[in-house]
Amino acid sequence: MAHSAENVAGVRPAGEPLLRVENLVKHFPITQGILFKKKVGAVKAVDGVSFELHRGETLGIVGESGCGKSTLAKLLMRLETPTAGRAMLKGKDIFKVSGSELRRMRRNIQMVMQDPYTSLNPRMTVGDIIGEPYEIHTEVAPKGDRQRRVQELLELVGLNPEHINRYPHQFSGGQRQRIGIARALALKPEIIVCDEPVSALDVSIQAQVINLLEKLQGELNLSYIFIAHDLSVVRHISDRVGVMYLGKMVEVGTDAEIYERPTHPYTQALLSAVPVPDPDARAHRDVIRLVGDVPSPANPPSGCRFRTRCWKAQERCSVEEPLLIRRGVDPHPSACHFAELRQVVG
Amino acid sequence: MTDIHVSSPPTVGGGRHLLEVKDLFVEFHTRDGVARVINGVSYHLDPGETLAVLGESGSGKSVTAQAIMGILDMPPAKIPSGQILYKGENLLAMPEEKRRQVRGKEISMIFQDALSALNPVFPVGWQISETLRTRAGMSKKDALNRAVELMDLVKIPAARARIRDYPHQFSGGMRQRVMIAMALAMDPKVLIADEPTTALDVTVQAQIMDLLGDLRRDLNMGLILITHDLGVVADVADRIAVMYAGRIVEHADVRNVYKHPAHPYTEGLLDSIPRLDSKGTELATIKGLPPNLMRPPTGCAFHPRCKYAKAVCTTETPLSLDLGHGRTSACHFAKEMLDGTLR
Repeated sequence: MAHSAENVAGVRPAGEPLLRVENLVKHFPITQGILFKKKVGAVKAVDGVSFELHRGETLGIVGESGCGKSTLAKLLMRLETPTAGRAMLKGKDIFKVSGSELRRMRRNIQMVMQDPYTSLNPRMTVGDIIGEPYEIHTEVAPKGDRQRRVQELLELVGLNPEHINRYPHQFSGGQRQRIGIARALALKPEIIVCDEPVSALDVSIQAQVINLLEKLQGELNLSYIFIAHDLSVVRHISDRVGVMYLGKMVEVGTDAEIYERPTHPYTQALLSAVPVPDPDARAHRDVIRLVGDVPSPANPPSGCRFRTRCWKAQERCSVEEPLLIRRGVDPHPSACHFAELRQVVG
Repeated sequence: MTDIHVSSPPTVGGGRHLLEVKDLFVEFHTRDGVARVINGVSYHLDPGETLAVLGESGSGKSVTAQAIMGILDMPPAKIPSGQILYKGENLLAMPEEKRRQVRGKEISMIFQDALSALNPVFPVGWQISETLRTRAGMSKKDALNRAVELMDLVKIPAARARIRDYPHQFSGGMRQRVMIAMALAMDPKVLIADEPTTALDVTVQAQIMDLLGDLRRDLNMGLILITHDLGVVADVADRIAVMYAGRIVEHADVRNVYKHPAHPYTEGLLDSIPRLDSKGTELATIKGLPPNLMRPPTGCAFHPRCKYAKAVCTTETPLSLDLGHGRTSACHFAKEMLDGTLR
């Protein structure tokens, strides 16, 4: 198991990774019956995902809805228990620790949620929301110190520290997302999992929040796992990018490798489908049109999971599952038997 | 089925448009006061053309569409002035009976969230054929057959086998296709698509936008595409109307807008999207927040966020300035913006 993670590192910055995820699997059981629930199948939400995250780095994870990217985030937060696999944070498996050790571990990985309207309690003041983590992790900020700490955090994310006693409804969507970011920063984590942090925001506000995330990363040396479906946003912020399809990572690499030299057909199709904000590009854009929809993760296709929508699919794809390994065409891992370069973004 | 019940109106001037919104005002009367959400919007649409209405949430792009459809809740909404001309006839002055003849039959609309727009307890075939039965007086059997044709038209595979399926049995993209089939049931001349792909993934979004483009061309419909996605607009639109705080701040051919925006807001929007060469740099942003429409700023509504704002912007509301070639901009310094001399 340990070896498979070695293969997927892409271009690896020097040193030991902060987080190493190995063959992570999460299957949700499908049950039938009311009193005696019988397991009749499983939704294979995450099915063997491995990657590494280094200090100060942003790993972008892209994929369509249902590919398992949010389940992956929940697993890393330990909000879900994995079916198999491990995630080593500084040499310790985060799924094995418990008790006070688990509590300390949790401080290190925090999360920014997608929807700033539902992820903040409307009956709590901003000060209470951002300061709530200190109730559990009292060692981070002693009681008398909390208000000052919260105000510092508000200032750090670009909000007025005097607004500490206001309620979420008094803030706009972008400001609420800043509150969510301040809350994630409260415990001084090393890793922040951002699950679609800007997709609920308007374009002009999106840019403000992206800039804030980048500024904070520089100042606090944070590592981000940045989950999003917007490929241009992911490219802007990420150092490395992983592309997911139906619970599997199909291609991993630096942003240049993924965006300029993609070798997996799914990555190529995904990139080519992104509308380009340039009307002149209309004529000479080479858009790959995928047919059909993503198959159900409860019953994924045999062999390569992308083969049902792939224009290159052959006999071999239905029997042999392609591994996420380095292919001859380019030195970054791609899970396709017929990986080849194709430039899709101008 | 395609005969038009609207009596042929007197031609207005030389060039009459298929649909024309003229100086429309809409306000919402709430407990806390009056929110002026549309403040003098004008645009027009011709057959076979795609007009993109671009704006952020609260800019009034959907309210304008609802006013055209006549589905605004009144009260709280009120239309103090303005005209919506369809084939030269003012929809706002029509009696409701006559207006019903236009709605759905001449002008049709598809909504953003197909799951909540479809009725979960009826099969899709029944829902698509509903208008055909009630409006076109078709028999159940004929209406269902036509529903199958419509589902084929929007490229739902195995349409005949699926007419008895319920909305939850369809994927997001297929549901949106069902919505489009419903909107097309009466052969409308104008189709309003309100954020049709926002809830969809990019690969599915591309399929739906392709479909809308094909249908517009094949059926020679006018398409109003309401969106906030600058990428989608660049891909499909002929003309673009950018809305801010209930006004159209810029209106132009799509190529002009992207190359040389004539309004600081449009420029700000274009600059704030991440691009290939923006990597590693800070994104340009539009500072501040959209205005509260209960208490809009004096002068130009955009001035508190505008990086070029001058004294005149805080006192005088800029009029829509004609820049030639059907291009307008509601900025005091639109000409300077185009020259590149605005600082």
